[in-house]
Amino acid sequence: MPEAVVDLEIQLLLEALYQRYHYDFRHYARASIKRRLVQARDQLGYATISAMQDRVLHDASMLPRLLDYLTVQVSEMFRDPTYFRALREKVLPHLKTYPSLKVWIAGSSTGEEVYSLAILFKEEGLYDRTLFYATDINPEALAAAEAGVYALDRIRKFTENHQKSGGRSSLSDYYTAAYGRAVFDKSLRERVVFSDHSLVTDAVFAEMHLISCRNVMIYFDRPLQDRAIGLFRDSLARKGFLGLGSKESLRFSAHAGGFSDFVPGEKIYQRREP
Amino acid sequence: MSGASPQSPAQAIVIGASAGAVQALLAILPALPASFPLPVLVVVHVPPDRDNVMVPLLQTKCRLIVKEAEDKEPVVGGTIYFAPSDYHLLVEADGSLSLSTDEPVNYSRPSIDVLFESAADAFGEGLVGAILTGANHDGAAGLKALAEAGGVAIVEDPAAAHSQAMPLSALEACPTAAVMTLDAIASYLSSLGTAR
Repeated sequence: MPEAVVDLEIQLLLEALYQRYHYDFRHYARASIKRRLVQARDQLGYATISAMQDRVLHDASMLPRLLDYLTVQVSEMFRDPTYFRALREKVLPHLKTYPSLKVWIAGSSTGEEVYSLAILFKEEGLYDRTLFYATDINPEALAAAEAGVYALDRIRKFTENHQKSGGRSSLSDYYTAAYGRAVFDKSLRERVVFSDHSLVTDAVFAEMHLISCRNVMIYFDRPLQDRAIGLFRDSLARKGFLGLGSKESLRFSAHAGGFSDFVPGEKIYQRREP
Repeated sequence: MSGASPQSPAQAIVIGASAGAVQALLAILPALPASFPLPVLVVVHVPPDRDNVMVPLLQTKCRLIVKEAEDKEPVVGGTIYFAPSDYHLLVEADGSLSLSTDEPVNYSRPSIDVLFESAADAFGEGLVGAILTGANHDGAAGLKALAEAGGVAIVEDPAAAHSQAMPLSALEACPTAAVMTLDAIASYLSSLGTAR
């Protein structure tokens, strides 16, 4: 089948998902979306993406399966340990001056970053005064994040990352291993609100002191990146912090002027006052 | 779509290499002339925890600009872009680059298949792609996609390659690809984009 036809099918499917279910992937970086949808088509056994569209339009139970292809990213706890070290050493000392804190993990996927930040805040004595918001558009990812259960074979890497981040405790203090799985302690999510929120279509919902949104912007096209960064700026308290992925940057953003570099090597920015 | 004779003017080069990549790339990229008009996109398999050492090394050896690819930057001729370690590199339809943390493909992130397949979509018959030395089979599906889109497929001569598994897999998937030594690839690529 000509590629132009596949591209057209993808455009139509994304339009259908938006109009039928209000999931808006129309401004996601298209090359990656195409890989995922072609993979979904092949693995779910459809001859064409149009056939897949027909199914999802008429059968809502198909939606979660498709969302899994379109949204779920693979992450690790304490991915990029130097980022967490920078938060620990440079950002948290500032946050300690506040009596209460709000932290937003935007695009929390299956929760690895949520638990990483919860552990970091516990280690630094800030957990009890912090409210964490973990948001994603995929309900199944949110449920997995809330469950906090990970395959045991991933724990070695998580532990190594945690140590490199300057961890003051042992990761094993925070989970129970059973049947090949690590179940993270519920005390880590006592102060976490898991909630459905879209950076594409939803608005500001609280005033944050720290927003961590890593490796989400790379999936957006430029206009959508600008929308999301604008949303972050408007959600941040005075001198609040924004952490992006190691290969993401505000350099080309329409809102670059709204932030100053705080830890440039780790893509940690601080809201600049107008 | 076969052999090394583009039907239409080349617009971009993609290169994939794994085990033995350093020597192979040193034989090709420094040979490109300062006036080279095309962008060159490169995926080399490197361990995820390590920074890509190829960029600083090749910066000192090449006449072209060598840099790590940045998300959403437009590709510019005469520039060599390397995929950052632990990220896939993709080309968008408008010729800009994007990165992703999608799951590894062929156990690799960055994956050569991911770059080649998206570049084949973006550049079609304007793409020239080369699979060099390597000990796995990443890039085989990508080279096939490139050839099917009308691009020029090249494979390093397996007999002369540091590791022949990757060139052999690429040839198996894409039997019409031109087989060349590193020197021949270097002079062929150097000739692209000059007056014909």
